[in-house]
Order: sequence, then structure tokens, then C-alpha cells
Amino acid sequence: MSSSQLAYLSNNLVYSSLFVFTLSFFLFAIETAWSVRADRENGVFDRARTEKFARIAIALMTLAFLLLFGGVLARALSAHRVPWGNMYEFSITGALAFTGAYLVALRKYNLRWLGLPISIAVLLVLGTAITLLYRPSAPLVPALKSTWLVVHVSAAIISGGVFLLANTIAATYLIIERMESRGGRNAWAKRLPTLETLDQLSYRLVAFVFPLWTFAIIAGAIWAESAWGRYWGWDPKETWAFITWVAYAAYLHARVTAGWKGKKAAWLCLLAGSTFLFNYVYVNVWGTGRHTYSGL
Amino acid sequence: MSAPELSGLGSLRYLWRQLTSMRTALILLLLLGIAAIPGSLLPQRTQNPMKVREYFTNDPTLAQWLDRFKFFDVYGSPWFSAIYLLLFISLIGCVLPRSWEHAKAIRAKPVLTPKNLDRMDFYRTIDTTSALDSAEAWLKKNRFRIQRNADSISAEKGYSRETGNVLFHLSLIVILIGIALSSSLGMNGSAIVNVGERFINTPTSYDNLTTGRFFSSESLQHFTITADKFVAQYNPITNAPEDYTLSTTISKSVGGSSEKKVLKVNSPLTFGSTRVYLQANGYSPIVTVTDQSGTVVFQGPVPFLPQDANLTSTGAIKVPDAQPQIGFIGSFVPTIDRSSSRGAFSAFPEALDPRLLVSVWEGDLQMDSGIPQSVYRLDTNKMARIGLKEMKLNETYSYGVGTITFNGFTPWVNLQIVRDPGKQYALIGSILAILGLLTSLFTRQRRIWVKVGKKVEIAGLAKNAIDGLESELNDLTDWIERFNEKEIEQERRRK
Repeated sequence: MSSSQLAYLSNNLVYSSLFVFTLSFFLFAIETAWSVRADRENGVFDRARTEKFARIAIALMTLAFLLLFGGVLARALSAHRVPWGNMYEFSITGALAFTGAYLVALRKYNLRWLGLPISIAVLLVLGTAITLLYRPSAPLVPALKSTWLVVHVSAAIISGGVFLLANTIAATYLIIERMESRGGRNAWAKRLPTLETLDQLSYRLVAFVFPLWTFAIIAGAIWAESAWGRYWGWDPKETWAFITWVAYAAYLHARVTAGWKGKKAAWLCLLAGSTFLFNYVYVNVWGTGRHTYSGL
Repeated sequence: MSAPELSGLGSLRYLWRQLTSMRTALILLLLLGIAAIPGSLLPQRTQNPMKVREYFTNDPTLAQWLDRFKFFDVYGSPWFSAIYLLLFISLIGCVLPRSWEHAKAIRAKPVLTPKNLDRMDFYRTIDTTSALDSAEAWLKKNRFRIQRNADSISAEKGYSRETGNVLFHLSLIVILIGIALSSSLGMNGSAIVNVGERFINTPTSYDNLTTGRFFSSESLQHFTITADKFVAQYNPITNAPEDYTLSTTISKSVGGSSEKKVLKVNSPLTFGSTRVYLQANGYSPIVTVTDQSGTVVFQGPVPFLPQDANLTSTGAIKVPDAQPQIGFIGSFVPTIDRSSSRGAFSAFPEALDPRLLVSVWEGDLQMDSGIPQSVYRLDTNKMARIGLKEMKLNETYSYGVGTITFNGFTPWVNLQIVRDPGKQYALIGSILAILGLLTSLFTRQRRIWVKVGKKVEIAGLAKNAIDGLESELNDLTDWIERFNEKEIEQERRRK
């Protein structure tokens, strides 16, 4: 197949996966609603049906994942390079990694309750990618032609995915904590793990991925040294990567050395995560500096 | 707690303790993050001086106020430096005593067995009375550090967690030293070189050169680079560049032996501790200017600056030797196209159908006024326009008092030349920092106690929240029980 045929195939696969993700989102929504109802009308409402819907929703999400994988692969083949040369590709690859991480985690932990928020997040990312960020498949500009592209950007994508997951969990912690202090969890929240588990989980995710984020920054610095003649230049993207690093470093210190837990820690985690999101959106869309390539 | 009396040494000690406290470190860390923000939102002189100038013309009062507080030089400002220097002092004050403590702890024996073991995170009992021998064997097998007392064993493992922690913080100091070396002993300069010309590494060859405080220009590395050939490839659909390759002949000294080298965007040339980078490129139209009598008063390539992605370039040609002085404001268009709104512009960055557009000015170039002039701009204050022309290749335009011929063009490259003596330290520091971080975040540090009384008590304390201690204690319990069963079996057989 030629490059343009592959690019065309990639677009079709990404569209199809968006469609299947939408179906899976609806089923997750129904499943959530029914299981809330099943809890309320204990014994009256049929639980087996909920179970069946959940299984279909997960099967559909797996199918959407495979379609998206095909889409990302075809994109990479059409451009003869790794599929993260611009923000559109970064987004579809990020969505793929995010879904993949969830599906793998699902085999080990009981994380079905996360299905609905995850499918919403993926739909938002893919939707924005297709409508706002789309760029035709093209080779890289000379500055991006380096092995460090593979190393630096993949480390950044993985770190970003895990930071966002930790953020989701910290936010969930805060919501549930508020519920509990106001008299107890509602029907939906009863399916969720204990506060302590959520608190621990978000910390562990951050502790796990902080070294990787450090590595992403250092790999970027090494690359910048060979492409731009300096390893650090306070480019907006670099500055915000540094701010994110500092914020998570503060979070880890607060937890490990100062013994912060629960609410305070969750807020700090959210703050750190939002600096990452800001970097992703602001610098790519409105920012200036050397990290803006190929339009976006 | 009341504040101590602030006098002399006491107050110094009080300040030091405050500065090196965890709380202060946390606040400084967050402050550093916040202080870095304005530099990413406002244009910075070190990166984009043009944008800063624009800011000054758009809103002079605000710009002046911002400038008073160094908001256009955030990362070199006193307040930013103050934060990170305080942070590093706090870090040193925190990490040096900790390294010392840790060095002592490594040599010391594990802590004594506490009285009330049931207060620990993990606690269990076995109904037996002998366990110390078997427990010691298990702990030794698993390489715990052990202190055995009359009726108990205290064991600890995972000291490398603190080693990693200390290593991480020490390596941050190494990185800072690297940065300090770079900024005081380093240099950074750039020069535009026409293809076909030679660059000699002396201070006068640079278009701009910034050096560290302790850098002397005599210590510039000796080398020359001749730009032999430059090839730029562009995507025919998106017009985006795909590859830049500069073929060069380099020599370690003027007149010394030479060799051929290729310079690309991601692969700089290296001369000792100096590296040369390919940063930008553009076109230099080659022109010949004659005066009324037909004598050549100027000939050669003149670098023009690209204005857009398709390399529509503008520049100035100054001919001070002509009588009267002549200047040209020029525009080089590599592939001509036209629209009613933009006039002539370039449709593709490669020179497929080049044009040179010039307006001719006559009068005083003011090059002797002592005020430094941009070579890319013509000061037309004391000049009058006498002609306007779009030229094809090899076309000559006669404007009454002389002629200009568009002979051709040559690409130019912008070489960035950097000496950064601190970067090795920064790199080594970074690698050590990651190793330290991994060790400190993924090593389990834990203590195990075994105590014999009416029954055997086993307790464990995990010093960081990583799973694994519980299953370890299960193993130990099993081991002790199996060991005791064997003993009983042997006892029975003896009877």
C-alpha cells in the first residue's frame, strides 16, 4: 500500500474506533445506572442483566482499542516513523496508551467502576484530535529526526497518562471524602474502593511514574543539546515540564517526609497534575517556543 | 513554643534551623515552581528579544514596570536566583547531616527490640518457645542485618533506600555545579556563513557572541569551517522542510590539515569542548553594482533574512563606495507567485523560479555616524528613492546613476557555536539523580523483630508504603513452625 492509502486507512480506522468507543460509553452508562438501581432495590432488580451489559461494554472497548491500534499503526507506516510527530498523533497514541493501561489493569483489579469515566475521557481526547488537531500525514521536520524522539516523547506520553490517572483518582477521593463527611456515600459511590485505598493508589501511581517523568525531561535535555545547542533554555514547554516536576517533587516530599495524607495530599496531587495539563494544552495550542511543530 | 531570644550565634542557629526545615524546603520548592511561570507567559530577552521590543512599543508603561522587576529576564533575575539559591542552601543543610547520619547508621547495629511489639503494623504470635535460632537462620539467608539479644532478635533491611535518597539530593548539587560552570566559563555565539565561504573561529567572525564572566576570548578553540555545499529538501505537498545537510571542510588550525565533515540539525560538529550546530538557513542573492562610469563598486553575496516558511527574504545592500552613496532595500523570492493582497511572494522554499525585488535609494547611508547599524536594514532618513525593479536571474537594471545585476544566489547557514564546559557534570548529575530516585522509591526498608517469652512474638514495620512485608512475615512464620516440627519429630525418634 502507498503512503496516502495507508494514511486514508488510518483515518477510517480512527473514525471506526471513535464510533465503537461511543457504543461502549453508552453501555457503561447503562451498566452504571442499573447497578446503582440494583443496589437500591436490592433483590427486586435483576443483577444478571447488569453483569451482561458490563461484559459487552468491556468487549466493545477492547474492539475499539484494537481498531485504534490499527489506526495508529497505519499512521506510523504511512509516515515511516513513530506516530507522535504532531499533536494529533500525540493525542491518538495517548488515547491508545490510556485505554490499553486500563484494559490491562482491569484483568488484575476490580476497576469496572472506572469504565464510564475512562470512556468519557477517551471520547473527549479522540473527538478533539479528529475535529481540531487533525493534520495530514507527513514526514518530520529535520529537528525531530532523532532517536530521542522515540525515547523522549514515549516517556512523556506514558508519564502523562499515569499522571492523569492519578489525578482522576485524587479527584474521586475528594468527591467521596466530601460525601462521607456529609452523611455517607450515595448509591453510585458505594461501588468505589475505600478512601484509604484511593489515597494510597494515587500516591503509588505518582511514585511509580515520577522517575520516568524525570527521565523524560533529561532525555529531552540531551536531545535539545544536540538539536538546539543547549540542554536547557527555559522554552515554555521546558519551563512547564520543570514546574510539573517541582510540583510532584513537593507532593512526594509532603507525603514521605512531612506525612501528608488524604485531603491535603489529594489537592496537591491535583495541582501538580493540572500543571501537566496546562503544559499540554497551553503550550501546544497558544504557546510559542521551540516545541511547536507542524502547525500544532 | 516560644521563639528563642534572637541574639548573635543563637539567632543564626535559629535561622539556619528554619531554613533547613522540611517545611521551608517545601515552600521554597513550590515558590520556585510559581516563580518560573511568568517567564513562560511573557516574552524573554534571552529567547525572543524581538517580542520583548514589540511589547515595549505596544504598552510602554506596563513594559517599563515589568522590566523594573526583571519580568523579561525571569531566569536571570535576582528574585528567581534568590529562591533557587536558598533552596539549594536548604538542601545542602538538610542532606549533608543526613548523609553523615546514614553513614553511621550503615555501620551501626539494628535498633533494640521495643517492649510492646503488638503496636507494630504487622504482629503475630506462635505457640512455641524456641524460635531465635531458626529465625536467625532465615534472616541471615535473606540478608537482613541482625542484632541478637538474650531473648530477641532485631533485624533490618533496605538501607539502600536512604542511600538512594541521599544520592539523589547530592546529585542535584552536582547538576547545579554544572550549570554554574557553564554560565561562568562557557560561550555561545552565532555567525551567518554563505555557502562557499570560510568561517574562522575568532571573536570578530561572530555576528553575536555572549561569554561567561570568566571566559577569555583567547581561549577560543582554533578551527575553521568552510561551507562547501548545502542541500535542503522540502516536502512538495506541505512545503515543510525534511532534511538539511551541510557539507563542510574543517581544519583544526588556519592552514592546517583539513578533512571533510557533514553537519546536520541533529548531529553537530565537535572541536574539543566546542560544538558547532546548524541552526537556520536562508538565501544570499549575488549582485554586481556599477557606478555611472561602469566601474564595479560592489560585488558578492548579501545574506537576506527569511520572513516566512517559504523563505521570502528581505535585506539591504549598501554601497558606500559609490558617488553618491547608494543603498538597496531588497526582497528575494525563491519561487515567485502573486496575489492581489500580498503582491509578490514565495510559493515554495526551494529556488525554482527566483526573483530579486529592489528599491534603489540615493543619499547618505550614515554608516560613519558611529551608531551601530543593522546590516539587514537601510536607514533611509537621509536618502531618496530613485528606482524600483523586479529582476529575473542575470537581469541588469539601470537606474540612471548606476546599474545592478542579479547574478545568482547562494544559500547561507547560521552556525551556532557553543562551549559548555559544565554539561558533562549536569549529565552525570542527572544520571545519578535518576538512579538515586529509583533506588529510594522502589527499595523496601523494613524492620523485623522476633521475641521469645511465653510464646513467640513476630512483628514487622515497613518504613515506606510498598507491599511485601506481610508475605515476608508469613514466610518467616512458616519457616519457624516447620523448623520446630522437625525438632519435635527428631525428639520423638530419639525417644
